[in-house]
Amino acid sequence: MRYSVLSLLANALTGQKSWKPAWRDAAPKPSYDVIIVGGGGHGLATAYYLAKEHGIRNVAVIEKGWIGSGNAGRNTTIIRSNYLLPGNEPFYEWSMKLWEGLEQDVNYNSMVSQRGVLNLCHTDAQRDAYARRANSMRMSGADSELLDQDGVRAMYPFLDFENARFPVKGGLLQRRGGTARHDAVVWGYARAADRLGVDIVQNCEVTGFIRDAQGAVVGVETNRGPIRAGKVGLAVAGSTSRLTAKLDMRLPIESHVLQAFVSEGLKPLIDGVITFGAGHFYISQSDKGGLVFGGDIDGYNSYAQRGNLPVVEDVAESGMALIPRIGRVRLLRSWGGVMDMSMDGSPIIDKTPIPGLYLNAGWCYGGFKATPASGWCFAWTLAKDAPHARNAAMRLDRFRTGHLIDEKGVGAQPNLH
Amino acid sequence: MRIPCPYCGLRDAHEFAYLGDATVKRPDPAAPGAEDAFHDYVYLRDNPAGAHKELWYHGSGCRSWVVVARDTRTHAIAGAELAREVTP
Repeated sequence: MRYSVLSLLANALTGQKSWKPAWRDAAPKPSYDVIIVGGGGHGLATAYYLAKEHGIRNVAVIEKGWIGSGNAGRNTTIIRSNYLLPGNEPFYEWSMKLWEGLEQDVNYNSMVSQRGVLNLCHTDAQRDAYARRANSMRMSGADSELLDQDGVRAMYPFLDFENARFPVKGGLLQRRGGTARHDAVVWGYARAADRLGVDIVQNCEVTGFIRDAQGAVVGVETNRGPIRAGKVGLAVAGSTSRLTAKLDMRLPIESHVLQAFVSEGLKPLIDGVITFGAGHFYISQSDKGGLVFGGDIDGYNSYAQRGNLPVVEDVAESGMALIPRIGRVRLLRSWGGVMDMSMDGSPIIDKTPIPGLYLNAGWCYGGFKATPASGWCFAWTLAKDAPHARNAAMRLDRFRTGHLIDEKGVGAQPNLH
Repeated sequence: MRIPCPYCGLRDAHEFAYLGDATVKRPDPAAPGAEDAFHDYVYLRDNPAGAHKELWYHGSGCRSWVVVARDTRTHAIAGAELAREVTP
């Protein structure tokens, strides 16, 4: 059923009895043209765009838990395209354009809210760097605006502008950035993919890969039996190395834990997304009223979906340095997600050296905003056996050839990206 | 998370800086195939879910490099030794 005002009214008048499940809980078939491993936003978006853009509908998304149970449900829901480097920015701007049309495209309310993303600067050098970034964004068709201190004051008068160590000097504003409802993104893509014939198979864990005599991947072994496929795409974020270990493939990836936090519900306080430029801290307010915020990764290899207290303290200190008035707000929940931190801080959407195996990984802690473009580009790469221009730089072999996409310029040290 | 520094005893992880996998070994730049060996050394990691040997630097303590054996699924630390005493 297509969701519309009419379908809402019709159901309201008939006791809400004719709604159907948004997607089928499919059992795995013996074979598919394409199997996507990982039922998060990226995997489901990939399946949707495979079916919609490339007519490949004999597709399964297999997920070891329930869809959206990994990082898609563990992020701070920020969407933006304020990157610097030419290998990244056109990709993220394409993602932003897809966000802007997402709800109409998949016929699902993803609550995309372009409430603006403001990166604060605290020194003259940082302002120069933001000016450079703002120009780079514009060259890729994104919007960007440099604000002086008065401009920031007009938006958020409660920031600690005269902080002795980190005075707020201005900021880089992307008005088209904002937030989206993370679960609804997953559900929207799942429903739209399902309507195009994609099988969504939950509680189906990959335990191994089926290889042919030449070594090509021709399917997966799962706890629900073997499933054969023409092509297998991995979109499993922090668990990528665990799967490729079954193929004796080592990757330029370390898995790290990133924590995020939400406060008790408050009246409207912060109507956009604010990031602190002197530490690592970002904050927005959900539609339920909770302040949603986070900071750095914990900084050590981890597959535990929980972190340690030093980072909690660090995030709280950053928040207090920027917005002293949140000091009396009580923390409601914190959680951790496992990030696939790549060696240059940028993602990988590429074929692998193993025929039949395709890789979507290395999202570090920036995967949510990339969901639409990641799915779109991964679908293109799977369908055409070659990358699109938008993900052409996100190669797996760039670490060998030296064509790194290192936004921060910190080198092969994942916990610094 | 507290790390049993062999020199200082049980100390908060906050005092340490993390480098990463302690099992990778810098290759000989003069050996044949050094380019590939350096690529593997700099970029590729086993990234195991489970037992992990890793380098921590006790910057706010004795300033020793420590090799810590830790489980990446639980953060449980099985032991630690001074890096200079670890035979590669």
